[in-house]
Amino acid sequence: MLSKDFITLTGTSLWTHKLRSFLTMLGISVGIAAVVLLTSIGEGIHKYVVSEFTQFGTTIVAINPGKTTTMGMSMGVFGTVRPLSIEDAEALKRLPYAKSVVGFVQGNAELEGNNRTRRTTVYGTGHDFPVAFSMPVRSGKFLPDDDPNSPRAFAVLGSKVKQELFGNLNPLGQRIRIGGDRYRVVGVMESKGQILGFDMDDTVYIPLARGLELFNREGLVEIDVMYDEGTNVDQVVKGIKRILMARHGREDFTITTQQQMLDVLGSILDVLTFAVGAIGGISLLVGGIGIITIMTISVNERTSEIGLIRALGAKHSQILSLFLGEAVVLSAIGGIAGLILGVGIGLLLTTAIPALPIHTPWTFVILAESIAILIGLAAGVIPARRAARLDPVEALRAE
Amino acid sequence: MIKLENIHRDFEVGDQIVHALDDINLEIQQGEYLSVMGPSGSGKSTLLNLIGMLDHATSGSYYLNGKNVTELDEKQEAETRNKNIGFVFQAFHLVPRLTAAQNIELPLILAGIDPSIRKEKIDKVLEELNLTDRAHHKPDQLSGGQRQRVAIARATISEPSVLLADEPTGNLDTKSGHDVMKTLESLNDHGITLIMVTHDVALGDRSKRSIKMVDGRIESDTLS
Ligand SMILES: Nc1ncnc2c1ncn2[C@@H]1O[C@H](COP(=O)(O)OP(=O)(O)OP(=O)(O)O)[C@@H](O)[C@H]1O
Ligand SMILES: [Mg+2]
Repeated sequence: MLSKDFITLTGTSLWTHKLRSFLTMLGISVGIAAVVLLTSIGEGIHKYVVSEFTQFGTTIVAINPGKTTTMGMSMGVFGTVRPLSIEDAEALKRLPYAKSVVGFVQGNAELEGNNRTRRTTVYGTGHDFPVAFSMPVRSGKFLPDDDPNSPRAFAVLGSKVKQELFGNLNPLGQRIRIGGDRYRVVGVMESKGQILGFDMDDTVYIPLARGLELFNREGLVEIDVMYDEGTNVDQVVKGIKRILMARHGREDFTITTQQQMLDVLGSILDVLTFAVGAIGGISLLVGGIGIITIMTISVNERTSEIGLIRALGAKHSQILSLFLGEAVVLSAIGGIAGLILGVGIGLLLTTAIPALPIHTPWTFVILAESIAILIGLAAGVIPARRAARLDPVEALRAE
Repeated sequence: MIKLENIHRDFEVGDQIVHALDDINLEIQQGEYLSVMGPSGSGKSTLLNLIGMLDHATSGSYYLNGKNVTELDEKQEAETRNKNIGFVFQAFHLVPRLTAAQNIELPLILAGIDPSIRKEKIDKVLEELNLTDRAHHKPDQLSGGQRQRVAIARATISEPSVLLADEPTGNLDTKSGHDVMKTLESLNDHGITLIMVTHDVALGDRSKRSIKMVDGRIESDTLS
């Protein structure tokens, strides 16, 4: 049989039962649309989260106190952990490829200024922070490059804090109290918005040493090292390890590269995408059962026709492929319609809710269509085999 | 040439065995015109289906054009059927969604023959059977006689050596039945072997050779 004839025969057969064919295709369409839409949302969230994570660049290495594995288990119980100190951070600045080294402590404290109070997140950090994290200062200056162990009591306000305390007044040079200590406002940050749910504008920055004192902490929460673009990350990790081991005598700290973070994050988000995809897959399964049902009915109705074409010299394989062909055409067209539906709803959702991240990669589109075709094949096999195995004499007698 | 040797066809119905064909020996020469008569249930259709290789003998041998076709596999059987055998049924068996021309085209489509050659053959057969102006009609737009002529055109489009007709006029009035008989007989005049099952004695008498079946056996085999 020529492929053109094959298509004509399949087409006319499906066209004869337009409504039935349409409804069967619809079943597959809904399934494919669900899978595409849900995985697109999953993938969109994936991309969104990753881009949030990488907005500070990918050349960051984070150092945290205590030796932890990626499983999150602290190894600190096996020995004393020396806290990360300001001196550690200073020492890391000696690394030749370190562009900047920024230490952090963080906590909540009460803020008092212009006769108003507000509870907010306080970061103890260093002079390099705005450059390292590309968070520009809107007015005034960031914290000065003071002696790290005895910095002056200066504070820089996040834009929201500034607005809440000072409204439209100029806060520069004003005195505020943080946890009871007096600070002078030297700068206001540019508005940054939220990053992974944290309001970056509802913050106050004070010098690291004062932060340690304020929160009564022994050591830093984290040290971030930004390295030069072209440097090999393994070299950076080795350099950091060498310096800190020399200072601590043992590896009681954890170095996490941006790449490791992305890998862990990526695998979690892939599971998420897969899970929502599987939920959509259930409706696809229902669509597949629809094809089995309709093809079985079709074989029953056309029993005498099957007997006839056997009498005209059709082989088993030809009858098998004719019925399989019908099932695959149903699922393939249904799949394409489902793709259009899924991507269309995705676009509508993006316009309606711009905050909802939706991303449909091309590979998903091709994969979804292949799955649709596979479902057609799988669903068509049972009825088509039944058709091919009919006894022609019996089939001809059916009416 | 068709040669049947000691053909048995048994059907098991419950714990009973029906001998639909009971030791049939029959030789039919190329170009013969044979009618098969006999009471209902005597095995006429079973014999025809067996000759058409739609059914298989329980035992015995069947030679078609000198070849033992009982040994063919499913694929070879289908090909032999497509090239050598034409069927005409009492119930026409046209595919309702296809036009007359498309129905006639089916055996050529199954054989994978090129569309331009197909077109030529179909135009010729439509002309011969006086169906040219009905070519694009669906079966439900045709009369019974026209439907059966479309079925005959379909049965002969591959130029088979044997034409098997199981009560071809059974569903037709006298006039259309007569037309169909004429068509079949003129095909026989052009060399096709015509084997026709009929209940109608008058029709049976038109053929040169006639066999009568009773209880799965050939009771008489007469030449006129
Ligand atoms: N599939 C089957 N299963 C069981 N018995 C069958 C089957 N096909 C035919 N028979 C039996 O075989 C015998 C011959 O049947 P067949 O159809 O050949 O008769 P026939 O001569 O064509 O009759 P009619 O003139 O009524 O068409 C009958 O007794 C019938 O019941
Ligand atoms: Mg019969």
